[in-house]
Formats: sequence, C-alpha cells, structure tokens
Amino acid sequence: MRVEQIAVFLENKSGRLAEITATLATAGINIRALSVADTSDFGILRLIVDDVEQAKQVLKDGGFTVGITNVIAVEVDDRSGGLASVLKTIDHAEINVEYMYAFVNNSGENAVLIFRFDDMDRAIAALQGDRFSLLSGEQICSL
Amino acid sequence: MDTLFWEEEMETLPRAGLESIQLRRLRHLVARVYKTVAPYREKMDAAGVKPEDIQSLSDLAKLPFTVKEDLRENYPFGLFTVPMEEVVRVHASSGTTGKPTVVGYTKKDLETWSGLMARALTCAGVTPKDMIHNSYGYGLFTGGLGAHYGAERLGATVIPVSGGNTKRQITIMQDFCSSVLLATPSYALNLADTMADLGVDPAHLSLRVGVFGAEPWSENMREEVEQKLNIKAVDIYGLSEVMGPGVAMECLQTSRGMHIFEDHFLPEIIDPDTGEVLPPGSVGELVFTTLTKEAFPIIRYRTKDISRLIYETCECGRTLVRMEKVTGRTDDMLIIRGVNVFPSQIEHVLMGTEGVEPHYQLVVNREGNLDTMAVDVEVSEQLFSDEVRQLENLTRKIQTDIKDLLGVTCKVRLVEPRSIQRSEGKAQRVIDNRKI
Repeated sequence: MRVEQIAVFLENKSGRLAEITATLATAGINIRALSVADTSDFGILRLIVDDVEQAKQVLKDGGFTVGITNVIAVEVDDRSGGLASVLKTIDHAEINVEYMYAFVNNSGENAVLIFRFDDMDRAIAALQGDRFSLLSGEQICSL
Repeated sequence: MDTLFWEEEMETLPRAGLESIQLRRLRHLVARVYKTVAPYREKMDAAGVKPEDIQSLSDLAKLPFTVKEDLRENYPFGLFTVPMEEVVRVHASSGTTGKPTVVGYTKKDLETWSGLMARALTCAGVTPKDMIHNSYGYGLFTGGLGAHYGAERLGATVIPVSGGNTKRQITIMQDFCSSVLLATPSYALNLADTMADLGVDPAHLSLRVGVFGAEPWSENMREEVEQKLNIKAVDIYGLSEVMGPGVAMECLQTSRGMHIFEDHFLPEIIDPDTGEVLPPGSVGELVFTTLTKEAFPIIRYRTKDISRLIYETCECGRTLVRMEKVTGRTDDMLIIRGVNVFPSQIEHVLMGTEGVEPHYQLVVNREGNLDTMAVDVEVSEQLFSDEVRQLENLTRKIQTDIKDLLGVTCKVRLVEPRSIQRSEGKAQRVIDNRKI
C-alpha cells in the first residue's frame, strides 16, 4: 500500500516554486498535498498529485530534476492524538521517520499523514498490524 | 641608494660575458641530459637534434619543449638525471589530474638554491642583521623551505613560522621584532587586517620590507599592502619545476620587473600557439631552461605564465634581464590561497563521484583578502534524492575529496540541470570574480 510522490530539486533562487506550480497548473494537474524541505543552499519539493506520470513528464520537459519516491499515506481521525498513535506504533517497531507531512481532507473529519520511513516494508506491516487505514494513490486523489 | 649584492660579479656581468657562461653551461647540460634521461633523448631524437647541434644560444630553439605533462608521464622520478642516492630532497606541486609533479635536488642543488635565494633576499635589501618572518608554507611546497635556507645562507635570523595561526604570528612579529616578511601577498593583507582588528599599529612594528610571491598580485595590491603594513613590498618569482622561489627577483631600486638569475636560468618568450621564439620585448609565454641544476634539470619548460623581458640595464646596476609581473596564464590554472588549482582536477573528483554529470563551474571570489572557491554541480536525476540528508552527504563528500586532493577548502553547491551556461565549443568552467 504505497503512494507515489513526486520530488523536485529546487535551487535556492527566487521564483522556482512559482514556476513549478505554474507548469503543473498549465497541464491541469491538481496538487493534493505538498511539503518543502529547505536547507541554506537548496530545497526539495515533495508533491502528491492526481496524475504522477503526467506531472513527472511536464516537469522534466520544463527542465526540472524530478524523482518519484514511494511514501505511505495513513488516514487518521482528525482529533487530538491521531498522529501520536501512529508514531507510537512506528516507535515500537523501531522504525525511523525520514520525513513526514500532513493534510486534512475536505470533509474535515480525517487527516492524512504522508510518511517516508527508513524501512517501508516493515512500516506497512506494523501499521496494518495495528489496524491503521493506509490509502492508495487513487484513494487520495478521490478524497 | 647603494645596491647590495650577494654575488656582484655574476649579477653585473656584461651581456657577452654572461652569454658565454650560459652557452658553456647549456651545452654541458644538453649533453648530460641526452646521455642520462631516456625521455629527453627520445624527444630530441624525434626532433632530429643532437647535443652537438647546440653551437650558440639561439640553437636552444631547436630543442623540444618540456611541459607539465612530461613530468606527469614520468612520475615520480623519471626525469631525474642522477641516481636516487645523490638526491637529498624532493618537493612536489599539485598536478593537473591528481598526481603531483615531483622535483628533486642534490646537495649541490640545495647549495645553488639557497645561494640564489640569498641573492634574491639581498636584492630586496635584506642583510644578516634582519629578523626574517617566513610565513610561506613549510612542506612539499617549495616556498617555505626554499626561502628558509636562503635566509639562513644569507646569515639572517629565520623565524620558521609557516602559514596560519595569524594572531600568534602577529604576537611573534611584535615580540621578536620581525623586520622582513616572506609570504603570499594575500596572506600579507590578511595579516594587516588582523592587526587592524587587534588594534596593532604596523608603525610600531619593526617590519620594513615584504618579499611576496607564489601567486599573482597587482600594483594595486602592492600599494595596499605597502600602505597597510607600512613596508616596502617586492615581488619574487619561482616555480618548483624550475627550482622554487629565487628564479627571479625585483630589486628595491625599481618596481618594474624581476631580475632573472640568468647565470642559472635561461629565459625565452614564445608565442604560446606556434611555439616560435618571439623577438626581445615581446609579450608571450615564459619558457625556462635550467643551466646548473643536477638532479632535476629542465629544458625549455613552458611555464604557461605570460610576461615580457626587459633588457635595459636597471638602476640597481644589475645587468640581469628583468621579467615583467606575470600578467596571465596560457592555461586555466587558478591560484587559490597560494595553491595551484586546475579545473581538470576538480573535474577528476566529480567524475569519480557516482551520478555526477560533467557539468560544473568554479566560481572564485575574494572575500576580504581571502580567496573562496565554490563548485556548482548540476543535479542529475540519478544524483537526486528526495531526502535532504542524502544530498548533503553528497556535497560533503565532494568537498572532502577536493580538499584531500588539492588541499583547498571549497563550497559545493547543487544547482538545477542546464542552469550552468553551455558555451559554444569550450565550456566556461571558471568564473573568477577576483579583482587582483
């Protein structure tokens, strides 16, 4: 149960984020979730979009460095302790979080947590073992 | 001003007398090198020239050039002309593709060298009464030890302080009453700025003259360093392939050109494209033939330094020809904080790093008085990771590899693909923003 995420290299200069989002908008691609990791020298933009293949193609054509990574999307109730319960499972299984970000879906009832772990297979097993709801790419896009 | 000489007779020879000494030494050298060093013999045979063909100084032009590549091909000791037991010291400088170029000295070579270095220091008005503060780096680099033994030979007192630890250097200058500073010009400026930060007034120091070399510097830098340190600044020239510091030296009387010690080094100016010897007074590439070296003589070594020879007799009375300040290079060599850096060396490191594309650019700046170098590397898809840590590890690895190979600290910056300008033909690998 993995979700494909687009990652784009961002050089540290003004206007790059705007160019990427404009490129995606022109192609009619919808961004479901995103995060930016930044250092003093460069940034990495991570996106969950409704059409991964097309997004990758248009960004590559636009001259960006693009990679596709697998992440895990966990749906939790949008209430206090939602994230904590997921991390408790991960901690017990001695798995490390490489990065994460989150968004709340339209209905406002559920939150979706996007994770990259150092051991994705064991993370999936652990989360499923504790009966967490993992979403597929299609499910995220239809939220 | 009275001129001080170290070897007055040799330094003031009439040209005819000098040339007859040069010819005798040259013929002896060519015969010896032909007999003892196979790579020289092979090149001469290929050019169809025999030692007997050298009948006059102008016959020098018949001999093939020696280039840095020849030193690399015969790494490490292949061009030495004496058995290793006669070699008492080696020095090395950075090579263009990772391997250093190695030079060697016999006991007599070291005597010659220290004598020439003493001659150079005397040219700058240094006497046995002086306290010499030697900030050139000690080690494989010829600067530190070369200057050191020359200063001792002269009979002055040497402080072998080497580079770095600037505050301590200033304390030593104050306490030991250093009167002569030997350093790269950029380090001299660094010392001056640190003094200003510490509130040390150079007028209260004993410093009176600075002998600066090992990197290009302009007349503007001379004015700046003279004013900031309250000294007279003179230029020294040398390169390890020819000997080290003490190949040519500016005198105190005129600040135009360095006297080449022609009884030991025969200079030529050539057209870097055709290799033709240019008429006296032309600007071109400086070529040296050593006349007296034993372990590592060199014939027609192309320095890639652009200069011009001045034949008019100098006010100081020396008849030795002067070379103008080096105004540029025929290759893309950069000198970063006194270290020779070739873009090809950086390329070598990058090519050895998995996933790195051959698109890179070196950006050199001078911040304060220190040179900084940034290496911009394009991030290929293969190299790219969505994890910050991976990309940071990569830049750190490249920085460490460059530091290990070149001894120069640089900053690696990842940039987007195709963001480094592609030029027609030869890529522009270097952006040098320094105003030297």
